[in-house]
Amino acid sequence: MIRLIKSSRIGIIVSAAGLLIMGFGICRGEMTVVLEKAVNICMECVGIG
Amino acid sequence: MDNKNKNEWKRHRIQALWALLTNSYLVGFAQGKIYRGKLKNLCVPGLNCYSCPGAVGSCPIGAMQAVIGSWNFRFAFYAAGFLMFVGALMGRFVCGWLCPFGLVQDLLHKIPFVKKIGTFKGDRLLRRLKYVILIVFVILLPMFLVDVLGQGLPYFCKYICPAGTLEGGILLVLFNKSMRSALGWLYAWKSVLLIVTVILSIIIYRPFCKYICPLGAVYSVFNPISVFHYRVDKEKCTGCGACAKVCKMQVDPVKNANHPECIRCGACKSACPVKAITS
Repeated sequence: MIRLIKSSRIGIIVSAAGLLIMGFGICRGEMTVVLEKAVNICMECVGIG
Repeated sequence: MDNKNKNEWKRHRIQALWALLTNSYLVGFAQGKIYRGKLKNLCVPGLNCYSCPGAVGSCPIGAMQAVIGSWNFRFAFYAAGFLMFVGALMGRFVCGWLCPFGLVQDLLHKIPFVKKIGTFKGDRLLRRLKYVILIVFVILLPMFLVDVLGQGLPYFCKYICPAGTLEGGILLVLFNKSMRSALGWLYAWKSVLLIVTVILSIIIYRPFCKYICPLGAVYSVFNPISVFHYRVDKEKCTGCGACAKVCKMQVDPVKNANHPECIRCGACKSACPVKAITS
């Protein structure tokens, strides 16, 4: 376990930074935009409009 | 069944299970409707169109374009952070094990063909195309090519992504009469792209992942530093080249075990006669 942490230090730090950035986006209310888009059929995605 | 095949089918079983899990709204397939619940707040790690009738989560590339292209936000921190988190943990393991569109291409490549193409002149250069697509179609165009309200379209989903046509377009159009009447040149264009992708997938291993996929482009950046990575024991390695020979992504693990193109399929690990590659 310690060996894994040592060898993956950068990955763990970047991953934690990703979580923080994700949290910032959630606090800004970005999830609402995602949900709004995702619960309706995305016409562009399926090739209609 | 030899070691290589055993590993490959184990991977396909996990890919299929994950695809089923993230597309578990089975009623949607029967009725031609999509899931509209709160779970769609969350992104899934692979390329899984949120307009697939079974999808219970959101495609991170679609989510990114939706937020960047919305009138009140200029950048998608939620989706970018999610990709950074998953990428730094697993890298392109997602491509190899958790992407439904990767599974489709894997299975298509099993169809026999007179001459399968491993690599060709310009292959390396063409692999950079996915980074251009990520920057131009996923980020810049939705950010700057906007309407009077400041809204940008999901340009990658609209003009390039064949996953939306396969996972959502075909079924929804089949079930929905009003959608059928709205078909036009865009549907034709996306159908052509899908057909080309299907044919190419039979001949070339994972052409969409290698050359087009912006999600693969993001994860590839994190491959060299991801927590889940491969190691080659140089003392055990005999330099026989068996690992490089079986790699369908044309990576030589001995030169770089965490190459951006490695999708962690594990073929090299199974092929190594001295078990020098570990994760």
